[in-house]
Amino acid sequence: MKLRNTLIAAAAIAIAIPATVQAHRQWMLPSMTVVSGEGEDVWVTVDAAVSNDLFYFEHQPLRADVSVLLPDGSPGEVKNKAQGRYRTTFDVQISQRGTYKICYATDGVIGSYKLNGEEKRLPRGTTTANLAQAIPAGATDVRTSESSNRNEIFVTAGEPSNTVFKPTGKGIELVPVTHPNDLVMGEDATLQFLLDGKPAAGLPVTVIPGGIRYRDQLRQQDLKTGADGKVTIKWSDPGMTWINVTTPRPAGETEGPPAPGTRRASYVTTVEVMAP
Amino acid sequence: MQLRITGLTASAIGAGLFAPGLAHAQTLDISVTIPRLTVAEYHRPYVAIWLEQEGAAPKTLAVWYDDDMKANEGTKWLRDVRQWWRASGRAMKFPAAGVSGATKAPGTHKLSLKPQLGPGNYTLVVEAAREVGGRELVRLPFSLPKGGTTRAAGSSELGAVALTVKR
Repeated sequence: MKLRNTLIAAAAIAIAIPATVQAHRQWMLPSMTVVSGEGEDVWVTVDAAVSNDLFYFEHQPLRADVSVLLPDGSPGEVKNKAQGRYRTTFDVQISQRGTYKICYATDGVIGSYKLNGEEKRLPRGTTTANLAQAIPAGATDVRTSESSNRNEIFVTAGEPSNTVFKPTGKGIELVPVTHPNDLVMGEDATLQFLLDGKPAAGLPVTVIPGGIRYRDQLRQQDLKTGADGKVTIKWSDPGMTWINVTTPRPAGETEGPPAPGTRRASYVTTVEVMAP
Repeated sequence: MQLRITGLTASAIGAGLFAPGLAHAQTLDISVTIPRLTVAEYHRPYVAIWLEQEGAAPKTLAVWYDDDMKANEGTKWLRDVRQWWRASGRAMKFPAAGVSGATKAPGTHKLSLKPQLGPGNYTLVVEAAREVGGRELVRLPFSLPKGGTTRAAGSSELGAVALTVKR
């Protein structure tokens, strides 16, 4: 029983903790991002996993409720979803022209309190809605922090469009300056990141090209958003590339409960950099 | 581009031109050689031929693809002609009247087009992408109203490519 609970907790951690905090990287990998085809039988398939190496399945499948936003802004459908030992797979049918968003986002509250002199962590699954119930009467030294995590990928049939980038105002979100499905080696790309709907200055941005297993150097780029939330990326390699943006931790804080009122958020996307 | 021409310049070059101004109907004679390849599995390449001019949207002149498959399935691989797809193809719908055609067998194929083009520097681009094969692109710069012949050649998926501009 105890082992079982540990496993469930571990699975929850996989999606609930910002990507830089965990040892592993979470990712979704579409079979393609630039789609042509006017037939009725055009599909993109997606692998989703949590692993060390990008993009190889070697640790955990991604356990998440994935949703699809169609180019016209209406919700789409995830089909043929299956969870294997190391990866989750699902399909998305391409029936409209424009840019699709395939996404999952989680919001939660992390933190701790003291009860009878003993420090307790807030349970997994705590949200702003159930926070009051999660803290028992008599608790002191309550420290909480809201955490928003988002992982999304984009696929475009025909010309890139921007409807799916309408910000929700929650967590870290991407606003295209360069469209994420219009990336080519040799052309720098500029992306803007918002935190809770406002340009997010000074956020660390990590860029890692896929194919890690077959090279010695990670070729990781550590960038930072400017005052306007924008970051310009010079691609090192064509191919599927992982981008992670996370709110920085205050200096000296490693793990444990965040400082009161701290906002935590992380963002992950996989973009395809085309060969010229 | 053409709409910005003023009455002054139009009259300066002669009032006899048809609207909208400087565009001439010149003939572009294009010759594209698809090489014969000795490979175990051969499929005719998808080929796109288009015009680029700085400051103007690229214009597709011809696309040769599997245009006769059921349910338009041949359009699925148009994206593999990837520079053309980004430059022009992704904004188009297929089949495209006057532009799309069937894939061509190895050999030299000629087409003669009369696009309305103003004076300026252009590039004719020919790109070929072959199923289970490679991709290659050849660029032929030319200027209008100057006529003449430009030649280039690919080394893998395209053979000789030539353009003759006739006024």
